[in-house]
Formats: sequence, structure tokens, C-alpha cells
Amino acid sequence: MYLDPDVSQTVKILIVGHFGVGKTTCIGSLSEIEPLRTEEEITEASEGFDDLSGTPHKKTTTVAMDFGRLTLSDSLVLYLFGTPGQERFKEMWEELSRGALGALVLVDPERLHESFPVLDLVESFGLTYAIGVNHFEGNTDYPLDEVREALNLSADTPVVKCDVRDEGSSAPALITLVQHLMTQLG
Amino acid sequence: MPDEHEPEQELELTSPLVPLFVITNGRALPPDHQYEHTALVMAAEGASAMAGALSPEARQVLDLITEGFLSVAEVAGHTHLPVGIVRILLAQLEEDSLILVRRPVPRAERVDRELVSAVLEGLKNRFGA
Repeated sequence: MYLDPDVSQTVKILIVGHFGVGKTTCIGSLSEIEPLRTEEEITEASEGFDDLSGTPHKKTTTVAMDFGRLTLSDSLVLYLFGTPGQERFKEMWEELSRGALGALVLVDPERLHESFPVLDLVESFGLTYAIGVNHFEGNTDYPLDEVREALNLSADTPVVKCDVRDEGSSAPALITLVQHLMTQLG
Repeated sequence: MPDEHEPEQELELTSPLVPLFVITNGRALPPDHQYEHTALVMAAEGASAMAGALSPEARQVLDLITEGFLSVAEVAGHTHLPVGIVRILLAQLEEDSLILVRRPVPRAERVDRELVSAVLEGLKNRFGA
């Protein structure tokens, strides 16, 4: 459970995507610890939802975030944060994106339109990213080029197939992102 | 009625009805960057004995990190306390010299190439890629 006492550096990568795309499953397939959940405070207008409390001017609410951990050496630990992709969680993104190495954006080829707000957030926070296209065995095989085109991605943004349930598939997707980060650094 | 009481650790601390200032001794929220999710915390040697009157939640945090370092996110995950509350409790504990904090090396706009390279190596070793 505890970290090696010599760990001196922590880094983070965000695993992002719309609701239900498989962020937590992806983290679970990679993490050395059972994924944990935090409650993040966000401020928002109370209109439309959260009427249960009966307090008319409630402004603070919490949103759950799952995360995992990977020890990469005696001194280096990587945290993977599953960050929800809705615009209203922008406040969370502000903190999480600060110092983050980059983002792995999970997309569902059958619900590509739901990924636009996520890509907007990733880009507005200046995060370097790669796209992991959900791919389950027996699924229709979506040509990655079509996904790239539909999402209007730049030519150098990596797009890889990813079965988030399988370490053997999500690990290469994560590695693709980090390789991309290297090339971005020149 | 008593049967409806939840076990203590299940107390719904995120509920707006819980006066958070009681848990936190009325402290203000420290800025996010003071205890980032990836900052590491551990109890100082002998902290448990040195600690005076702590709120049950502060005690819970201190006990959790007596054995070794955990990230702020992990402390929140294990205690089921909202991250904001964990931050306030950590600020209190650090002020009383009861914990050690290792903050992530702040990075400028440019990502450190050496660091990313170490991450890449680590991932490749770990996943045999």
C-alpha cells in the first residue's frame, strides 16, 4: 500500500473521456493498486439538479474521480487520474492538468460526438494527448483514419486501438502517449 | 432510531449538513497547489504520540500515514474524506510538524525531457513493451 521510501518524484497522466467510456476500467487494468476514488469539490450553480438538499443557493458539490498508481522506479511514481470530460468539471481540470505530462483520451467510435467536449477541454488546458479508440473483440472494426477525420485531429496526434479491459492493450496505448510526449519535446 | 446510525467511518462527511469547520477547526482551505493530488505525505517519527488534541478525522489521516508515504489522493481515497478536507487537515498537521511532505517538483511550461524519458523507460520495463 505504501510507497517506497525513496520515491522522490511523482508524475501524473490524465485518462480522460466522456461518461461511461471506460476510464476506470482502463486505470484498473494498469494500476498496481486497486483503483481508489476521491471526492473532488467543485463549485457550480444549483439550477437543474441537486435539488435534494433543499438548499436554494448550494454552490459546492463533489464529483467522484478514480485513480491508480504505477511505480516506475525506486524514485519515480506515476499516477493515472480518470478525469471526467464534462465542461462543468473545468475547475477540477485546472488543478489536475497543472503539471500533468499529458492525457490519454478514450473515445467510443460509436459515440464520437460525445468526445468533442473532452477534446475541447484537453486542448484548452494545453495538454498533449493521444487517442485510444475503444475496441472490443467482436466489435465492428472502425478504421482509425475515419476516427481521426471525424474528430478533426491533427496528423501527428497518435490514434490507437485500445481494449481498456486488457493490460496488454491499455499499456501500449499509454506508452504511445508517452512516446508522443517525447517527440513533442523535440 | 439508534439502528439507523451508520458506523462512524461511514459518516457522510460530504453532506452539506455536516459543519466542515468543526472537522477542520475553522481553517480556511489551503490553495490547491499546497497539497496537490500527487504530493506525498507521511507521519513524522513519533507524531502519533506527540499529537495533542486532534479531530477524529485528523487522527485518522495521521494514523493512515504512520507506516509510510502516500499521495494526497490516496489519503483521500482511503479515508473517504473529500480532497478539500484532506488538504485542510494536512495543513494543520504540517503546521504542527506532525507530517513530512514531499511536493512534486514544480515544472515550468516546458516538460522536462529527462523526466518523460524516465517515465517511458519505466513503462516499457514494467509492461515488457
